[in-house]
Amino acid sequence: MTIATSLEDACAALAAEPGSLVLAGGTDLMVEVNRGSRSVEDVVALNRIPELAGWHLTGDELRLGAGVTFAEICDPEIAALVPALAQAARTVGSPQIRNAATIGGNIATASPAGDSIPVLAALDAVLELRSAEASREVPVTEFITGVKATCLMPGELIEAVRVPVLDGPQEFCKVGPRNAMVISVASLALLVDRSARRIRVGLGSVSPMPLRATQAEDHVSGHLDWDNGVPPRLEVVREFAELVASSASPIDDHRGSAAYRRHAVRVLAQRSLTRVLNRVSSS
Amino acid sequence: MSTDPFVLEVNGQSHEVADAHPGESLLRVLRERLGLPGSKNACEEGECGSCTVLVDGQTVCSCLVLASTAAGRQITTIEGISGDDGLSHVQEAFVDAGAVQCGFCTPGLIVSIGSLLESDPDPSDLAVREAISGNLCRCTGYGRVLEAVHLAATRRGGST
Amino acid sequence: MTDLATSKRTAAPRIGEDTPRPDGVPKVAGTFAFSSDLHHDRMLWGGTLRSPHPSARIRSVDISAAVAVTGVHAVLTNEDVPGSLTYGLEHRDQPVLAADVVRYEGEPVAIVAADNPEALRMAIDAIAVDYEPLDPLVDPDLAERADPIHPDGNLVRRINLIHGDQDVSGEVQVEGTYEVGMQDQAFLGPESGMAVPAEDGGIDLYVATQWLHSDRDQVADCLGLDPARVRLTLSGVGGAFGAREDLSLHVHLCMLALHTRRPVKMVYSREESFHGHVHRHPARMWFRHHADRDGTIVRVESRLVLDGGAYASSSGAVIANATCFAAGPYRVPSAHIDGAVVRTNNPPCGAMRGFGAVQTCYAHEAQMDRLADALGMDPVELRLHNALAPGDELLTGQTITGTAPVAEVIRTCADHPSGASMAVDPMELPGGAGRTADPEHVVRGEAFALGFKNLLFSEGFDDFSEASCHLADGVATITSACAEVGQGFVTLAQQITCEVLGVDDVVLLPASTDGIGSAGSTSASRQTWMSGGAIQEACGQVRVQLLERLAAEHGVDADDLVVADGRVVSMAGGLEIDLVEATAEPIEASVVFRHAPTLPLDENGQGDAHVSFAFSAHRAIVDVDVELGLVKVVELTTSQDVGRVLNPLQTIGQLEGGAAQGVGLAVMEEVLVEGGRIRNASFTDYLVPTALDMPPVEIAALIEQAEPGAPFGAKGIGEPPSISSTAAVAAAIRNATGLDLPRVPVRPTDIVFPEGAA
Ligand SMILES: Cc1cc2nc3c(=O)[nH]c(=O)nc-3n(C[C@H](O)[C@H](O)[C@H](O)COP(=O)(O)OP(=O)(O)OC[C@H]3O[C@@H](n4cnc5c(N)ncnc54)[C@H](O)[C@@H]3O)c2cc1C
Ligand code: FES
Ligand code: FES
Repeated sequence: MTIATSLEDACAALAAEPGSLVLAGGTDLMVEVNRGSRSVEDVVALNRIPELAGWHLTGDELRLGAGVTFAEICDPEIAALVPALAQAARTVGSPQIRNAATIGGNIATASPAGDSIPVLAALDAVLELRSAEASREVPVTEFITGVKATCLMPGELIEAVRVPVLDGPQEFCKVGPRNAMVISVASLALLVDRSARRIRVGLGSVSPMPLRATQAEDHVSGHLDWDNGVPPRLEVVREFAELVASSASPIDDHRGSAAYRRHAVRVLAQRSLTRVLNRVSSS
Repeated sequence: MSTDPFVLEVNGQSHEVADAHPGESLLRVLRERLGLPGSKNACEEGECGSCTVLVDGQTVCSCLVLASTAAGRQITTIEGISGDDGLSHVQEAFVDAGAVQCGFCTPGLIVSIGSLLESDPDPSDLAVREAISGNLCRCTGYGRVLEAVHLAATRRGGST
Repeated sequence: MTDLATSKRTAAPRIGEDTPRPDGVPKVAGTFAFSSDLHHDRMLWGGTLRSPHPSARIRSVDISAAVAVTGVHAVLTNEDVPGSLTYGLEHRDQPVLAADVVRYEGEPVAIVAADNPEALRMAIDAIAVDYEPLDPLVDPDLAERADPIHPDGNLVRRINLIHGDQDVSGEVQVEGTYEVGMQDQAFLGPESGMAVPAEDGGIDLYVATQWLHSDRDQVADCLGLDPARVRLTLSGVGGAFGAREDLSLHVHLCMLALHTRRPVKMVYSREESFHGHVHRHPARMWFRHHADRDGTIVRVESRLVLDGGAYASSSGAVIANATCFAAGPYRVPSAHIDGAVVRTNNPPCGAMRGFGAVQTCYAHEAQMDRLADALGMDPVELRLHNALAPGDELLTGQTITGTAPVAEVIRTCADHPSGASMAVDPMELPGGAGRTADPEHVVRGEAFALGFKNLLFSEGFDDFSEASCHLADGVATITSACAEVGQGFVTLAQQITCEVLGVDDVVLLPASTDGIGSAGSTSASRQTWMSGGAIQEACGQVRVQLLERLAAEHGVDADDLVVADGRVVSMAGGLEIDLVEATAEPIEASVVFRHAPTLPLDENGQGDAHVSFAFSAHRAIVDVDVELGLVKVVELTTSQDVGRVLNPLQTIGQLEGGAAQGVGLAVMEEVLVEGGRIRNASFTDYLVPTALDMPPVEIAALIEQAEPGAPFGAKGIGEPPSISSTAAVAAAIRNATGLDLPRVPVRPTDIVFPEGAA
């Protein structure tokens, strides 16, 4: 059991015992431990590592330590920089969960329902990985390789997540059968990137890996009147939603059917595009 | 198999935990080793909030905290919320407003609401509902709980 | 700390007042001991190995590896059950531990006691059971024709209720098929308890339950012990709602404690809890209503199939309720209701708040709306037109002799102004925290539903409650085995005692099987009436004895004496005695309270089977995001027939809490069973309403018409709030969407793909 107080400590402990459990907020891991489906021998606890804790802004880039919690991401200062990430953060579990759950843990868990993931995918987030020997950078879309599978090597940690601060409104919406505290059945992040004249769309719970709806993005980005902000024809919005839906590859499970999930992202696409366009044209 | 001894600071007192099992949650240690069963164990999966405690002033589900990682943190449980000087405003309000039925959710709710009122002394209904959305109550339907929050807010306001 | 609180607490509690709960302070302070909080220095931890198969033959059980785990003290199987191998509420058909077959996923197969939870887990994992999996019987519609999965057969009970002239039919007919999913009580306090072996070879069991004496008798039977040597004491109960009416870990704990001669504690995990107690019966229901053009109902036909799961539990009584109340609180001169509850390899079902009436209420209210639609009549008017009234006959041929303010309940609820405004914050729209809807995506719906059920036990059951009152030095000590499960009986017991005896101090002894007879079950909305009645009568007898004694001592007429506020005074004046002085020599009385007897149902489901009835109505307003199929219940308004309000605050609490369970069944709560296996045995996937799902409950009216025979005229109030609420919410969603919605819970896909496209 190592309660690491520096990143170096943590990496050293992991190098010594590569099989150790890496523990951040514990909100995914401890559920399994309590259930007895995960045995605990060596643990490296990350929650006291100052390097993982804070965030800072360099130019147009926000760097979030892996240990930043979702409660912290809800903070107005972060919300002003990456609104969709803050909106997603507020849908994670409950206040108690958000106080403990970290963004690093959310990414490393690599659940298709992880709520930060569609936003990070849409932002082309880059992860800084670190081990005792080396550091490397991997885009979040490559980091997650399947359902609950990542390219994290033994002895490696997520140190930080870097995302761009975009110019333009953002939306995150999540569908679940309860009004709070619910695992996503389908989710969608839609970001306006004015300087690149692009709409970016990330989808959640509709594919094993992080998913960008690139075709839909191309289509709608090309049809928008970026100079005058004149809203596009309803046709364009519909086609966009259709393309988003067809990019999904959802499955049936006890939380929702594939058909419903596909349908839901179609609806979310249409609604979130309309929302951001309303804001673009009104500003 | 047990962990190295560690010390927990709970409600202002230090407790040495000598024989915890690896993987033992803070909730288990509080309830089974420290004689503090006030935090409840309705799910041990983070969903119900009946185990809510404050760790360094923040509400968390103690069932999801690995006990040994809480060493050195200031932990406050329901037992530490009612001090020697009697019940807190929230506790009083729960009794008076009829917010207690079976009482299993009550300790967790009281910890959550105490924390809410610290940051938002006069919360709207919606703010209260969001703040307690991680505290399931199966008995009350939350109606009297909301009453209790407003009663406590009024009394707190009046007494400060 | 506050004036309001202290001033309330110094006055002696009286009937009709907002007396705070006597267990409120320990519950808010965290010092109240729930059954999972028990601790003993020498205790062992107990646990259960459960079947992973819904249906299988057990070829062998090898415990040798488990016994060898360090720290393990006992590993017991079916062969170690000392007495009766089976138990059950109505039929003793459920094995304490499975012998040669398992009939549902989660059925207990072996039990273990160990020094700590870790050794316990290892030992349970080390038990090797060789199963031969069998095809499970999971479709209730096929159960009666399938090979029996139990020696008692697959039909648990059928009631073929035939009422009135069978040849009538109505000019207007509406027909529908409805389904209700399996609901879980989802109490928060997990099944738990501790058994402590006693010197005399007997056992002391501390457990959370609804009915101590019934548990005691079943446990003693299975242990092969004289019931006198099996003592049960109620431990703090974290909610019940029906799920604690059957035994769960009781016998297991006692077996382990007797075997190891050590105290043994057991606490179910949430997952285990889903397997460890009975659920609300899923129902498939067909109805045809016949009415005249003016809206008068002339006949109701129905077929009901409830899935009882693997063991009988209280299924027989549940189907009786479902059948007897199938048509709702309406005058129905002719009916044919074929109600059956069958056995399958699905999880066992039994009691849950509303007990059979919830399922049929959802269906009969859907039918009433359909009928109103077919007639072009206002749905509330149609209900009023057919509403039962005192003197009317039920489907069972029984005449209502007590109160039945059905029309008042309907009118007050329907006429109550709504306070619901349009939401703007996405958090308050359907989808809530997920921010999915804008106001323009939302359609509002509104509907009304009415329900009723019986109070107390029916069908000739010898239903009684024993209580004693001991008055000494001005302090009344009450003994009753009534299980406080959160409903607030302890408050009422105090209020009743104070009211009758004029005392300030009441001591309620812990509920146990020691030294008092049964109080009956904390179910069927019966304890206020039954155990409240027993306490009222015991206190009344003490009062009479006291006054007679004082009258004799002071040479006055006993009729001239009254007790009030801690004194006995003579109305004529001159005499005033402090109660403390007057009771220096103790007075005691013990009573067994019974309600008016009932009769069994005959072969046509006819007979005076019930004692009393309670009625409630809900009006629901919902916002529906039709495109995503998400629902936000915006407001619930209710009126209820309560007889008399004994404690307003607790009454509101029951109405709000019961409605929340109804909302849950309407829009989210379902135990998903596939091939006999539960898919969502956790609070992650079995969703119960959060504070953001539950709307405010507006209480339009509490109709107070004193019920004859009930203490202070008060009817039980616990169940009706869960009955009409589900029906109202489902109907409001129908109103918003125009869909049939023949099934609850209403899932998003039911709204989005109503034709079952996915
Ligand atoms: C009741 C409840 C509700 C929830 N609701 C949501 C929800 O709505 N949306 C959602 O997305 N999630 C939800 N979750 C899941 C969980 O809270 C999140 O995934 C959370 O972000 C996990 O972070 P953590 O810090 O708690 O991770 P931990 O549990 O500590 O760790 C999770 C995994 O990540 C690894 N890990 C953690 N940090 C690092 C790191 N820096 N480097 C490498 N590996 C690391 C761990 O080894 C482990 O495998 C919920 C969980 C619970 C219990
Ligand atoms: S016990 Fe911790 S959240 Fe339920
Ligand atoms: S009072 Fe019983 S769960 Fe809240």
